[in-house]
Amino acid sequence: MAAYIARRLIQGIVVLLVASLLCFIVFRFMGDPVITLAGRYATFDQMEEVRRSLGLDKPVYVQYFRFLGNVAQGNFGISYVTRVPALGLILERFPATFELASTAVILSFVFGVALGVLVALKPYAVRNRLIMAGSLGGISIPTFLMGILLIMVFAVYLGILPPFGRGETTQVGFWRTGFLNINGIRHLILPAMTLAMYQLAVLLRLTRAGMREVLTEEYIKTAWAKGLPPRKVIFKHALRNALIPVITITGLQFGELIAFSIITETIFQWPGMGNLLLTSIRENDQPVIVTYIMLAAVVIITMNIIVDILYAVINPKIRYE
Amino acid sequence: MSKRRIKSRMLHSFLHDPSAIVGFVILVLFIAAALLAPLITPQNPYDLETLTLEHFLTPPIWMEAGQAPYLLGTDDQGRGIFSTIIYGCRTSLFVGFSVVLIAGTFGVIMGLLAGYYGGWIDAVTMRLADTLFSFSTTLLAFLFLGISGGGSILIVILAICIAGWVRYARTMRGSVLEVKENAYIMAAKSTGAGDFRLLVHHLLPNAIPPIFVVLAIDLAVVIMLEATLSFLGVGVPLTEPSLGMMISIGKNYIYAGMWWMIVFPGAALILLVIGINLFADWLREELNPKIQRKA
Repeated sequence: MAAYIARRLIQGIVVLLVASLLCFIVFRFMGDPVITLAGRYATFDQMEEVRRSLGLDKPVYVQYFRFLGNVAQGNFGISYVTRVPALGLILERFPATFELASTAVILSFVFGVALGVLVALKPYAVRNRLIMAGSLGGISIPTFLMGILLIMVFAVYLGILPPFGRGETTQVGFWRTGFLNINGIRHLILPAMTLAMYQLAVLLRLTRAGMREVLTEEYIKTAWAKGLPPRKVIFKHALRNALIPVITITGLQFGELIAFSIITETIFQWPGMGNLLLTSIRENDQPVIVTYIMLAAVVIITMNIIVDILYAVINPKIRYE
Repeated sequence: MSKRRIKSRMLHSFLHDPSAIVGFVILVLFIAAALLAPLITPQNPYDLETLTLEHFLTPPIWMEAGQAPYLLGTDDQGRGIFSTIIYGCRTSLFVGFSVVLIAGTFGVIMGLLAGYYGGWIDAVTMRLADTLFSFSTTLLAFLFLGISGGGSILIVILAICIAGWVRYARTMRGSVLEVKENAYIMAAKSTGAGDFRLLVHHLLPNAIPPIFVVLAIDLAVVIMLEATLSFLGVGVPLTEPSLGMMISIGKNYIYAGMWWMIVFPGAALILLVIGINLFADWLREELNPKIQRKA
């Protein structure tokens, strides 16, 4: 097991190195930050000055290794636009993103799995056919459109929920939370629904398919024949096995969650990391973009390793491959 | 089962599945509209000569200020919403089919090689695939376009393909691993069939059916992704029609009550995607080996 984890960790580090190299190459050869910084009408001397102060006059490989060395020390450079450390700028927005994303994940998981089980048990009941039709809508409406339609209905026409921002927040230690007051929670409803909806529909369909397959297995028939109460057969015997692929896919699709939170935050002007990323892309603020990508990569790779380890714990066959 | 019998059985099940037929008809109508765009639209919204700014922000024709020929109203540049939707679907379908074709071909080849040869080819391909998959097609396409600045439909297609091939490769590999065990593959091998012959004539045709399901689902996903990227301003350039961009423009007028700029392109996008998904659902049930075995 230790060897397995060690191998996965080394693979993770290789992926991070490749990601950093790709970032570096792309930024080195696409767009010149000097023009952005010094302004379009800067003189040659001014541009040289900026270039020297950023270390851009050194050979490319020197720049890359210096970049790696700095990153290893947690120094991701200074934002070109705001002139403060990029890492701090991003981490400051982490609580907002985390609260939105975790609310959405919990919503989609709870409702997705619950409805999926419900539908699998009686696939032909009218109510369940309606749920399935709803899930078809869920996977057919892109997240950005869902967000805009929700804003149109609940904020513009009905006027009962705020259309953008995070509302009032409370500072608890280093964490700024919106969970502790009604205004903050009201602001969370629409973006969390937007972010949850697509994933909810996907999980519902996955759970339903998994349950339908598992319910035909011999051991489920045995469980019924033994006279176990339905609750036990459905949740303990069937759902547990049906959930393994559902959990794996959820864990491995973390990049998707990050991408969708960028979209949701943009629509609702949610002051999180994704919103910052889009702004930074528009302003060509490279240190912030690179930092964001590296952080996203670390999060995704960590999630993958955790899922792999959990999977190996559940299923011993995997460990010895 | 002979090929003809499989075909006739599929046709039979298709004709008895109303939602599959509805989905297929929707898809065909959209494709027809996209192909015939210049013939069925009253104006070409991206031909500057036919644009007149005096007709900007006109509501749909049945409302008080509505004007012919702008059936569904116009946007802030005086482009007819109806015409722009048809031209936008052209872009959607072009991007969709291009990605499915390019990523599909590449993925099938990679999956075929990985599944057949195994060893390091398999290990490298699948590790790469796993990594790209966990970063997700959406995130990678968004980052690539955001950083490179995009600029053309071809770059959008390329960006979606970066991780878009993975699903095909995985499905194909799994399918090849199963087909490889069959006696007829052994038989072909023992008669001295070379690798190429084995791959192209025996493995490819027998292992490919599950790919069609991935293809159908992927078409819907890619069309939504193109709209999303264009909505965020990193997709197709401003000079090309796109449903995502229409909605992004409409968003600026959401408080002015000009709902038609969002609702119609949004409805077109949803309808197209639902149509494809309905068809894909039927195809999945039809080609799912687990369900077939029981039938």
